[in-house]
Amino acid sequence: MKLEGRVWKFGSDMDTDAIIPARYLNQSDPKQLAKHIMEDERPGFSKEVKRGDILVADKNFGCGSSREHAPLALKEAGISCILAKSFARIFYRNGLNIGLPLLESPEAFEEIEEGDRIRVDLSTGEIFDLTKKKKFLSAPLPPFMQELLKDGGLIPHLRKKRKKLPKKA
Amino acid sequence: MTITEKILAAHSRKRQVFPGELIEVQVDLALGNDITAPLAIKAFKEIGAKRVFRRDRIALVPDHFTPPKDILSAEQCKVLREFAREQHLSHFFEIGEVGIEHVLLPEKGIVVPGDLVIGADSHTCTYGAMGAFSTGVGSTDLGAVMATGRIWLKVPESLKLIYHGKLNPWVSGKDLILFTIGDIGVDGALYQAMEFCGETIHHLPMSSRFTMANMAIEAGGKNGIMEPDEVTIQYIKPRAQRPYRIYQSDPEAHYAQKRYYDVSKIYPQVALPHLPSKVKDVREVGRVEIDQVVIGSCTNGHLDDLRVAARVLKGKKIASSLRLIVIPATQEIYHQALKEGLIEIFLSAGSVISPPTCGPCLGGHMGILAKGEKALTTTNRNFRGRMGHAESEIYLSNPAVAAASAVKGTICHPEEVVGRKIKGAL
Repeated sequence: MKLEGRVWKFGSDMDTDAIIPARYLNQSDPKQLAKHIMEDERPGFSKEVKRGDILVADKNFGCGSSREHAPLALKEAGISCILAKSFARIFYRNGLNIGLPLLESPEAFEEIEEGDRIRVDLSTGEIFDLTKKKKFLSAPLPPFMQELLKDGGLIPHLRKKRKKLPKKA
Repeated sequence: MTITEKILAAHSRKRQVFPGELIEVQVDLALGNDITAPLAIKAFKEIGAKRVFRRDRIALVPDHFTPPKDILSAEQCKVLREFAREQHLSHFFEIGEVGIEHVLLPEKGIVVPGDLVIGADSHTCTYGAMGAFSTGVGSTDLGAVMATGRIWLKVPESLKLIYHGKLNPWVSGKDLILFTIGDIGVDGALYQAMEFCGETIHHLPMSSRFTMANMAIEAGGKNGIMEPDEVTIQYIKPRAQRPYRIYQSDPEAHYAQKRYYDVSKIYPQVALPHLPSKVKDVREVGRVEIDQVVIGSCTNGHLDDLRVAARVLKGKKIASSLRLIVIPATQEIYHQALKEGLIEIFLSAGSVISPPTCGPCLGGHMGILAKGEKALTTTNRNFRGRMGHAESEIYLSNPAVAAASAVKGTICHPEEVVGRKIKGAL
């Protein structure tokens, strides 16, 4: 699976309150949530993001709450993938579960700049900065996570698995 | 093996597990709240599941925006209520019975030592204080667990945190965990199990232990955990709704790292905006005028927390420049605080008492900050804008410091308000 998009850069310890403030969590409609992503951190961000854009962040992206609304809102807003030096673990699980690819690459964070166009190959973990004409590596996702992403997340993955199961007589 | 590895091995029917290994485990209890459960229930239905794996092993706790603050919040609660009825869940808590999930479930004996608990709330790590493995996940994971009773986990490496020495006056579990987060950073235990041990821990009451395990997530930890002892057993014995099992780490267990803390050198701590790791000794914070003090939350809404705050506030008035909001974490705590005269002390001091709710901790309701305001709170996170306006500021402390600062109007050591005669022993 290959993804290509424009880069938005964020700093370290981007918490889930920054990604989607709790004041909007009295509902869970992704379209409503997507209007408010990074609202306090970078006002107007939701209007600037284009489908396919990629976030590149420093360490501990998505720390704090377990709210799945955070990756859900980013995905709905058009973010196709997030590269970070590291992810907080609940955000990491949530991202993959809803079919939002996440890759860890400290090197990519250091070199890639906001506005660059990059291409990410999920099967090899290779990241190409098309603007700078540079290549970086990230640890590829374990095969079962790649399969999960290919299916579109945990729910479609489980549904597929259920279909494969022989029906009880 | 460590206590964490032993619980994970037992729940994956393996004799031994190793850090880094991916395992599938059987879940003893799964929980969700009014923010996370609606999405989990949606996921449950999308999977095509008809019945939950066990109706007595799922807890739905509407505690975040409750009593419902608006129509949308009421709709979310309704989703939980209807699902609980449809699935005949044993543990759904209606207003009047509900409390903050991580204080309520141990209090009711719904979580017991040795359990493997999965919760769609990041502070699910709280139950480690009782010697359970418990960790937070998101809604989709919870939906899948509700359907199957199982989840995949990566066995974490363990970080051993050893506390020794005698606590200084007015120091509690909150100060030990804030100090630790200040030491290792907000991702200092990323993906790891934080095992709290040492003689000091065994002298802590359960309330302080819950506070410490609760904030493991603030260091990025997967779980916080402590070996059960006599204090744990005394706490859980009259409450446990199920048999429990005590696990302990082997003396030769492997740790990624061991860190030692001499608690006699730790004084009340304050975390400065905007990270829980930006901690200072309260006496080094400098003059900070505050607009609001909150005493409550899953971190510090226990009865002991209210008792220590009342000891500071007894016969005093809060500064006219601020407001104090006290939130007992559960109905039982509220009721007991009333019987003990604590509520009387809070009211006389000029505070408002909120029904049990997460409320202001996450900027939900019941005490939102305006632009430029500063709050001192006993909650767990001081991220930018968490409690309201993006330009408001949050300071974190223990309940004694919070109560004393409410009287003085600026952040201070409790001794500045009560003198040295009254000691804040736990």
